[in-house]
Amino acid sequence: MSPRAACRLEQLGFTSVYDYVDGIADWKASGLPTEGTTDQKQRVANATRPDIPTCPPDEPIDEVRTRLSAAGWEVCVVVDCDGVVIGRLHQIAMETDGELTAEQVMEPGPTTVRPDGLLQPLVDRMDHRDTPDVLVTTPQGTLIGVLFRDEAKRLLAGESPQQIWRDCDGCPGRWAATT
Amino acid sequence: MVTTIDRSQLLRLMEFEDAQVVDVLPGREYEEAHLPDAISIPLREFTAESVSILSREKPVVVYCHDGL
Repeated sequence: MSPRAACRLEQLGFTSVYDYVDGIADWKASGLPTEGTTDQKQRVANATRPDIPTCPPDEPIDEVRTRLSAAGWEVCVVVDCDGVVIGRLHQIAMETDGELTAEQVMEPGPTTVRPDGLLQPLVDRMDHRDTPDVLVTTPQGTLIGVLFRDEAKRLLAGESPQQIWRDCDGCPGRWAATT
Repeated sequence: MVTTIDRSQLLRLMEFEDAQVVDVLPGREYEEAHLPDAISIPLREFTAESVSILSREKPVVVYCHDGL
């Protein structure tokens, strides 16, 4: 549909015409905000924070531990050179031999969810399975961030994003076109 | 010739070149969800008159659901 529209615009004399071929499906899947009547409900993207630390698979645990400690985090996402999630480091993995690499102690293939899903059903599932957090990725597996159940519940209860994530630049409610 | 772009290129055009983003889906779908500040001009209504609301001095980016 959009290729025909772009072609028509050129026929009508427009000289600077672009076609975003992946369309709104791609936009939503990446977690970017939309406007409209269906977006009155909270989505996963609305409670996803992008500031979770990442590390490459070959980084020694000692170095990961130092970085996480300085940043005040206890978990780290192991990503490849394209930002695709390949594993996750839990606190207990951090307590192993510091010379081992992230890949050797990570949980491979952690559960992930998409940013355009509805938030309430996800929180309900997390409650049912007693899951405190979950990674959020694009359909291609690229990391977007992490969703903490407790933060999501505060959002669903009506607390403002600015209050929940007041110390986090780029967090929900402080969106910028940086993707 | 029309240039196809991806999401990161779109974001740059929106942020730095004040691009006009046009949703060409039917009006009902636009009402349900559209990109921030997108203008609705359904493909079926594309005429010289309907697109006259667009500036010819700024880039125009069109999109639909997924290009099909």
